[in-house]
This record gives sequence, C-alpha cells and structure tokens, in this order.
Amino acid sequence: MTLWLMAGLLFTPLAWAVLTLLTDFVWGRRVTWVGILVQVFVSLGLWLTIAQNGGFYYDLGGWGAPLGIELRVDGLAVTFVLLTAAVASACGLHAGVYIDRHKPWHRYFWPLFWFLWSGLNAVWLGGDLFNLYVGLELISLSAVGLVALGGNANALRASVRYLLAALLGSLAYLLGVALIYGQFGTLSIAGVVAWLDNHSAPAGPGLALALMITGLALKTALFPLHRWLPPAHGIAKSPVSALLSALVVKASFYIAARLWLAFGESLGSLAAAQMVGLLGGAAVVWGSWLACKQAQLKQVVAYSSVAQIGYLFLLFPLTYSVSESISLQAQQGITLQVISHALAKAAMFLAAGNLILSVGSSRVDALAGVSRFLPFSLFSFGLAGVSLMSLPPSGGFAAKWLLLQASLGSGQWWWALVLLAGGLLSAAYLFRVYRASFAENPETDRFFHPSKSLEIIPMVLALMALGLEFVSEQVLSVMALPFAEEGAP
Amino acid sequence: MTLSLLYAMAGAALCGIGLFGLLRLSHLLRRLLAFNIMGSGVFLIMVGLPQHQSGPDPVPQALVLTGIVVAIAATALAVVLIRRYYHQSGMTSLEGESGSREGGPL
Amino acid sequence: MIRALRTCFIALACIAFSAVLAANIWAIAGVPGQGALPQLLSENMSRSGVEHPVTAVLLNFRSYDTLLEIGVLVIAGIAGISMSKTTSLEDPELRTSDPLLYALQRWFIPLMLVLAGYLLWAGADRPGGAFQAGAVLAATGVLMRLGGIPMDFLRPGLLLRLGLMLGFSVFLLAAVVSVIGGDAFLAYPPDMAKPLILVVESVLTLSIAMVLLALFVSAPVNDAEDPEEGDPS
Repeated sequence: MTLWLMAGLLFTPLAWAVLTLLTDFVWGRRVTWVGILVQVFVSLGLWLTIAQNGGFYYDLGGWGAPLGIELRVDGLAVTFVLLTAAVASACGLHAGVYIDRHKPWHRYFWPLFWFLWSGLNAVWLGGDLFNLYVGLELISLSAVGLVALGGNANALRASVRYLLAALLGSLAYLLGVALIYGQFGTLSIAGVVAWLDNHSAPAGPGLALALMITGLALKTALFPLHRWLPPAHGIAKSPVSALLSALVVKASFYIAARLWLAFGESLGSLAAAQMVGLLGGAAVVWGSWLACKQAQLKQVVAYSSVAQIGYLFLLFPLTYSVSESISLQAQQGITLQVISHALAKAAMFLAAGNLILSVGSSRVDALAGVSRFLPFSLFSFGLAGVSLMSLPPSGGFAAKWLLLQASLGSGQWWWALVLLAGGLLSAAYLFRVYRASFAENPETDRFFHPSKSLEIIPMVLALMALGLEFVSEQVLSVMALPFAEEGAP
Repeated sequence: MTLSLLYAMAGAALCGIGLFGLLRLSHLLRRLLAFNIMGSGVFLIMVGLPQHQSGPDPVPQALVLTGIVVAIAATALAVVLIRRYYHQSGMTSLEGESGSREGGPL
Repeated sequence: MIRALRTCFIALACIAFSAVLAANIWAIAGVPGQGALPQLLSENMSRSGVEHPVTAVLLNFRSYDTLLEIGVLVIAGIAGISMSKTTSLEDPELRTSDPLLYALQRWFIPLMLVLAGYLLWAGADRPGGAFQAGAVLAATGVLMRLGGIPMDFLRPGLLLRLGLMLGFSVFLLAAVVSVIGGDAFLAYPPDMAKPLILVVESVLTLSIAMVLLALFVSAPVNDAEDPEEGDPS
C-alpha cells in the first residue's frame, strides 16, 4: 500500500503536467480537477500511513544511498506534503475561475502549476543533497514561468529579477554541495550525519554549510536579500502570488532547516546562529515598516511576507546548543508558523485578488466602500490577518506561544521582543487596509461582483488557519514521530 | 598539486569573477554570462575536488552533466525573458527606472 | 565617485570570497578521500545494464535526478513557447538566397544527423548519451533555421507540444513500469534494464532537441499581453 502511495505521489504531478500540456485552458482545468482529487487523496493516505507506522526511507530505483537516491519520508515531510496538497488545490481551483480562459497563452498555466507541485513534493521528501538542488531548480523555473506568463514589461522585469536571484541562490547551494561531497564522500544527508557521528572533526571549516544557508536564505528572501520578492509576488496574478508566498519560499527554508538540524551542531557556530536570528528579527521590523507605506494592496501583502519570513529564521538560534526539549519546542513552533502562514497568506492573496477584481484598482485607497459590497472576501482577508497578527485561537498564536517558550527557556529572551514587536507591527499594516475598506467614497458606486466560488476558497483557507490551534496537537504529534532508522547508510 | 586540484582552484577563481559580474554589471545579458561563468566554476570544483582525492570518479561527472542541463534550461529561459523584456520596454537592464529605491512600489 | 567606490568594494569582496573558497578547497584536499562511492559503483555496474559508468549513474543509479532534470528542461521550453505568440515562424528576412550556404547545408546537415545518432548509440559504453545527441540535433535545427529552411513543426501548436512532452512521458512511463511489478519507483526490472534505457534515451534525444530548438526560435514580436491586475484597461 505504501509503495503505491509513494509511486502515486511521485508520478501524479509529473504525469498531469504532461497531460495538461496537450490541452487548452478549459480542458486543462477539468483534467486538473481530477488530478487535484488524486493528489489530495494520495497525500492524505500517506500522512495517515506515517501517523500509524512511523517514517521510513524510500530508495528510488531500488538502489540505496549512497549509490542511489533515497527519499526521507518522515512526519515533518508528510505534514508539508499535506499542506501543499491543501494550499495548491485551493490555488488551482481559484485559478481555474480567476484566470481569463480566452487568452491562448494561459493554457500553459496548468503544466507550470503541476511542475511546481511536483518540485515541491520532491523537496519535502528529499534526502539527497543533489536531488534537492534539482528540485529547487524545478520550483524556481516554474515559479518564474508563472510570474512571467503573459505579463507586461513590469511583470517581465520582476520575473527577470526573480530568476537572477533564484539562480544565484541555487548556485551558492550547489557550491556547498560540491564542497560537502569533497569532504564527506557522500551526497545523502543521512550519510553525512552518520559520518559526523563516527568521526571527531571534519576537515576544513563549515564554509559549505554557510554557503548553502546563504544561498537558501537568498531564495527565501531573508533580509537583506529580499529585494526580489515584493515585485515578483506583488505583480503576479493572485493565485500565482498565493502559491509563491505560501509554498515556494518555504521550500528553500525547509531545506535550510533540515540542513541546520542535521549538521548545525557540528558545522555551525553560535555566532552564525545568532546572526541569522538577528537578520530574521530585522526582516520582521523592516518588512512590517515598509508594508505600512505601500500604496498598492498586493505590495502590502508581499512586504508582509518578507516580515513573516523573518520569524522562520528564529529556528537557527533557538536550536543551536540548547536542550532537546527546547529544540523540539522551537521546531514545533516553526512548523506551526509555516503551516499557519502558508494558509493565511494564500487566503490573503486570493481574497486580495477578489477585492482588486471587484473595485477595479490595485490601490489600497481605492478599496473604499468594499466593506459594504464584498464583505465575504473582506472577512476572509480579515480572518487571515488575525492569524498573521497571532491572535488566539489562530495557528499563528500557537506558533508564537511555542517560540516564546523556547526563547525564554533557552535564556535568549531577546527573541521574545522580536515576536511581540512583530505582532504589533503586523496589526499596524493590516488595520491600515481595514480602515481604507471601511471608508466610504460617495463618488464610487460601480463594483464588479466576482463569482461565488472565488470567494469561498479564501474563506476556507482562512478558517483553516484560524482553526489550526485546535488540530495542532495532532499535527505536531505526527511531525515529531520517532523515525525508523532503517536503511541509513 | 595534481591537475584536478588545479581545476578546482581555477573553479574558485571563476566563481569570484562570475560573482563580481553578476553583482556589478547592469546589462542583463552580461549578468547572464557572468552567471554562466560562475556556474562553470562551480562545476570545476565539483569534479576537481573529489577526483584529486580519490582518482577518476563518475558520480560527480554525472552530477555536472545534470547541472549543465539545468544551467542551459535556466539560461535559455532567461534569454527568452530578457528578449521579451527588451521588446516590451526597450530597456536592457533592471535599473534605470525612477523610484527603484525601497519605500514605494518597485 | 560613489559608483567607483561600490565597484571597488564589491571587487574586494569577490576576491576575498575566492580566496576563502580556495583555502577551503586546499584544506579539504589535504585529507584523503572519504567516500567509498567509486568502489560501490564498480561493484554494481554489472547490474546496471550499460557499460559506461557515467551513463549508468545518470540513467540507472540516479535516474530520478535525470527525470527531474528533463522536467526542468521541459519547463523552460513551456515558459519559452508561452512567450512566443507569433502564428507564423516564417520570418522572410531570415531566408537566404545564397547558393553557397545552401550547398554547405546540404553537406553538413546529414553529417550532423549521423553524428547525433552516433553520439546516442555510443553512450552505452563511452562518453555520449541522450543529452549530447540532443544538443547536436538542436544545433542542426538552428543551422537549418538560420539558413532559412522552413520548419513547420515549430509553429506553436499541438505537434510542438507533443514533441516537447514525448521524451519526458516515455521516461515517466518507464519509471512507473516497475511499480506495477511491486518494486520501487524507477527500479527497472533487471533483465529489461538495457532495452528500457535505450528506448528512453532515443525518445529523450528527440525531445531535448525540440525543447532547445523551440527556445531558440521563440520570438517575442507580438505585442499581445495581459494588463496588470487592477488596471482599468
């Protein structure tokens, strides 16, 4: 059964990518609906299997590491696979209605969408360093293709900037992989961990890890390497922005987190961990500050992404030379933060798309009157904002609570200040949007009403983000499952 | 100092040169070429370093082949994007438009 | 002045980066090799279905990497043809009436095609393989295009998209064949390894050539585009 689920998970997105390449937009949408159903079913099945039996290594091609490529299917990986299934289905369903079916080049949306999904799955399950590189490239190129799809000069400029940043990040990561292969002679993460356990000290300092983390931080748009994100996420179409902010930036962060948790103690240093945390804190403040000053609605949401990404990098100082329980708390907090941010940010971008469609302008001050006319979408936007501000009972609150405990428990009380400040600052830019939408402009009375299905989808995502605290126990218990150490080379 | 280690050192130098070009040049095609130079440097290190230690090794060679294909795909995509960007806007670099500082819509 | 200072600063930073990198490489190179990978490889070569170790790594041991890499190529192809909105790729300015060029092409193109076929076949036991052959094939196509020979299959249409996805689909199907037999994804049945690899490589060559050619030809001369979100146009 597990074998069928794994094969289905790997095969379906790639197969659907080539299938939808042959169809036009409308037929591609119908084929995609079937594919979404299959993929959600398979992801859920795999999650349940891991919840029952624990994690395992899956050898591709029947060859075990270090000769072949192995996939690491553990609790954290399947949690992210399930999250991707939820968010990508929502964005795909939204895109099916939102995107103009009459433009002939939009038929290429679906193949790029499915390739993006397959790249994401490859990253969550990856256990081989070079395989992760190819997965990252799969994600980056399809994301760039989606941003540039049918775009005008501004969109093209944003996508070229995005492409150059993504390529530089991948190259830095690849350089790190080259150095690691020279040092340890294996490309599998488990193999390197096993080597580090058996030997006392590696030859040469940890430049490889530093290069990889830097490259991945560039791809995750950590301050000060974040300049490419606001244009790309702000100018792309709303379903694409949702996918980018919710899932694509998390992929490179996921790899960085995996690497840090595996090698950080041996190859990293306290100074490096604190510096990464400091950059994360700076990202929270800088991103929120800039979000308050943006004139366009989607730019506000994009800068909010820059700010929220800063929280994620608090993982680094909170898991370096701290006790087991504190490290686990920090990991759980970050996992919840990733999940709640993905759901909330996707909801926010999709709702923003509806609002912009309705008022016919992308500026914040043009939202006047929308509270009266399109309350449903505005409410979804607001609920997503509740999770971003980390008010109870949302997932964001649960995440911040765990992170606060971890930072106070490990004696690094200064991160608590960052967490609290971040919540207040996010309230600032969100309330600016609410204020604009509750204003009334007597001259504006022409609104376009988007279809009902477009409005329901962000509401569902926002409710999921809100209710995350109630299911967090289940989610976290799967994430921290004991891993069956079979097949580790 | 075997030949392989010389390749790896040359790769390190190419990485620095490519990085400089990528960061400092403004014409998009030149930045793309700089990226390719840096890529070649990384590939040289990838093959040179392990082969200096343990002799001819097919695994990094295969990895570099895959890396070359990925780099070609990325370069080709970048060229198509740059061509279309030039066609739509007449510009060959990302800067040069007003308001490129942060604090406003980019 | 500021620009010159910034250039100096970045140059110094890059030189420092190269130096640190070289020092690191030197340090790593001083320690004897850690991995048992080359040895593991030679032990398992007989089961891989090909004689050349690099081809074995690419198409058997680490075939998942190759599958995803072809996927990356197809993505680039898709994104490229999504930008090309011309209905006709017959650019009259590119047609040449130069008899010398035509004569040269009549000699070169068949030779290049034969070379591509040889590279594909040779990949089994010496350097060569699907990508090398595909690249030569694509270069042949570029020569034909620059020489003005009309190539109808490159119009953005069903035939082009079919050509793009065929190689990848065959590879994917070969990957799934073993799952039906109860084995892992991409595990070729041991007695079918060699014929499977041959079929996959052949179709991949054609597809790779088509992707590279389509990317070369994607000409953004059409102005049709989407307005930005929220634009009144």
